[in-house]
Amino acid sequence: MALTVRRRQARRLGYDLVGVLAFAVMIFPVYWMVSTAFKPGRDILRFDPKLLPSPFTLANFADAVARPFFWTSVRSSLIVVLTVVVISLLLAFAAAVGVARFGFRGRRAFLVMILVVQMVPLTALVIPVFLLMDGLDAVDTLASVIVTYLAFIVPFMVWTLRGFVANIPVELEEAAMIDGCTRAGAFMRVVFPLCAPGLVATAIFAFIQSWNDYIVAYVLLRSPDHQTLTVWLASFTTNRGTDWGPLMAGATLTSVPVVTFFLLVQRYVTSGLTAGAVKG
Amino acid sequence: MCAVPTATDEAAGSAAAALGPRSGTLLTRSRPLRPRLVRSAAPYLLIAPALVVIAAVMAYPMGFLAGLSLQNYGLPELIAHQGVFVGAANYVRLATDPLFWQVVVRTVVFTVLTVALSMALGTALALLMERVSGPIRLLLSGGLMFVWATPVVVAIDIWQWMFDYEFGVANWALTRLHVGNFVHHNWFENPLQGFGIIVALVVWGALPFLVITVYAGLMQVPRELVEAATSDGATAWQVFWQVTAPILRPIFVILLSLSTIWDFQAFNQVWIMLNARPSSSYYVMGVYSYVEAFRVTQYGRGAAVSVVLVAILMMATFFYVRQMARSGELE
Repeated sequence: MALTVRRRQARRLGYDLVGVLAFAVMIFPVYWMVSTAFKPGRDILRFDPKLLPSPFTLANFADAVARPFFWTSVRSSLIVVLTVVVISLLLAFAAAVGVARFGFRGRRAFLVMILVVQMVPLTALVIPVFLLMDGLDAVDTLASVIVTYLAFIVPFMVWTLRGFVANIPVELEEAAMIDGCTRAGAFMRVVFPLCAPGLVATAIFAFIQSWNDYIVAYVLLRSPDHQTLTVWLASFTTNRGTDWGPLMAGATLTSVPVVTFFLLVQRYVTSGLTAGAVKG
Repeated sequence: MCAVPTATDEAAGSAAAALGPRSGTLLTRSRPLRPRLVRSAAPYLLIAPALVVIAAVMAYPMGFLAGLSLQNYGLPELIAHQGVFVGAANYVRLATDPLFWQVVVRTVVFTVLTVALSMALGTALALLMERVSGPIRLLLSGGLMFVWATPVVVAIDIWQWMFDYEFGVANWALTRLHVGNFVHHNWFENPLQGFGIIVALVVWGALPFLVITVYAGLMQVPRELVEAATSDGATAWQVFWQVTAPILRPIFVILLSLSTIWDFQAFNQVWIMLNARPSSSYYVMGVYSYVEAFRVTQYGRGAAVSVVLVAILMMATFFYVRQMARSGELE
């Protein structure tokens, strides 16, 4: 008896060790970015790298921020992301209410389309989107990027929000109406607040998607003073080679907003794509 | 039914939301209470804006792409905003181009490799998460969250730096561990090694989503089933394949489809990793299509490559949509 307990403990310990190892392997690249960002140049360009940033410096951040087009890129990214978040929320919430609360002809077709459209490869669409935007003289404007992001983000948001709206029992609204609410009032006071977590989660999804995109911004925003932060970051190499310190500092700065938001809502994001899948 | 006598205001579009599709009788019974046109128009008004954006920026460009692939569309045509119809010439050209077939095979191999590796590792890590003790599980899922949240472009830059030929930490570590002499080893000189790193990068980036999703699925497998199988003498390996895997099948189908879709259209990882100047031995379909269109300025040919890419992906999409339809999510 004692033997099996000990064996089980030993096995648990073995799993824990493998778990720690897996954690170390997964997190190392992220750690290496942050660590490099805080190292002085002479510690970065060494054949035997130091694992810890000591001495510690902020020079790389100062350098990255002072690079040409950093602040214009931050501005472009913020404009694009905030516009996309606001508009996509309005579009997606309206559509989600439409499919979750109404039975109508074409509803199933709309849902299938929402699903299929999420599978369209973005890489394949940049050519026609570029030519169409070029025909409208919209290339190199932030509006062209915003509209493209909307089309790629809204379907997922509709899908997720629809689940939130559908999970609110109609009876709750009815109860509010018995207590004297109008239909609109019941909707605003019952459905809307109960959807708040879903709205926050999808808003952050929209934020992350549009903040992280590279290819659309790369193709559509041709001049450096219009480019977004990821395009700025990807073009960090110079003819003389790469300045790894400032690059890692810039990469850290680019990640901070995304990581912050992501950690806040990860539990909603996880369930979105596969919700209900186990029902088989 | 508390009915609707008060709901005469014009914002009734959203108010009618209270009539759920949950019950057909609800719809029928309240019908006389409101003007029929408003009720039947409301859902269409609600979905219209989203539909317009999706149609304008996805459906229409899809059709445009198909048309473009039948045109000669170079720089003069770009200036004139008008292509020249050439029938299937672009496809014939592709079919007789040995480089294109290399690219297709390379993309398929790359996708199969990344998807297989990330699914296998993802499932293994999820099973590990189930078995480790509480604090370690927290540590592991926290680490996965950080990786998940890392933007793709940032991740590519990090891996580029780790595998830098001069000062990269990978070459130092491999030399120190006596794997061989990796001082000044350029990983991207040999496309096979270069793709090894790109595959590792893609798998590393894909793991968090896969692990968390499979782990969430594992939590839904009834304990009694596993215990019954174990007490009947099944090994852990048998329990996984005979009990757990069949229950998780729907999740695996979805994850397989999504991974295939994401990896098959890979562009960023190759393009940025090779500083926007990949040699043709690094072309995957996404890169090839981009180069034909935006570097060679033959948009028609680039479009033809994209159409082939979409056509291959539609097969993966088919299984995904069928799975979702079966799971009742469309009701």
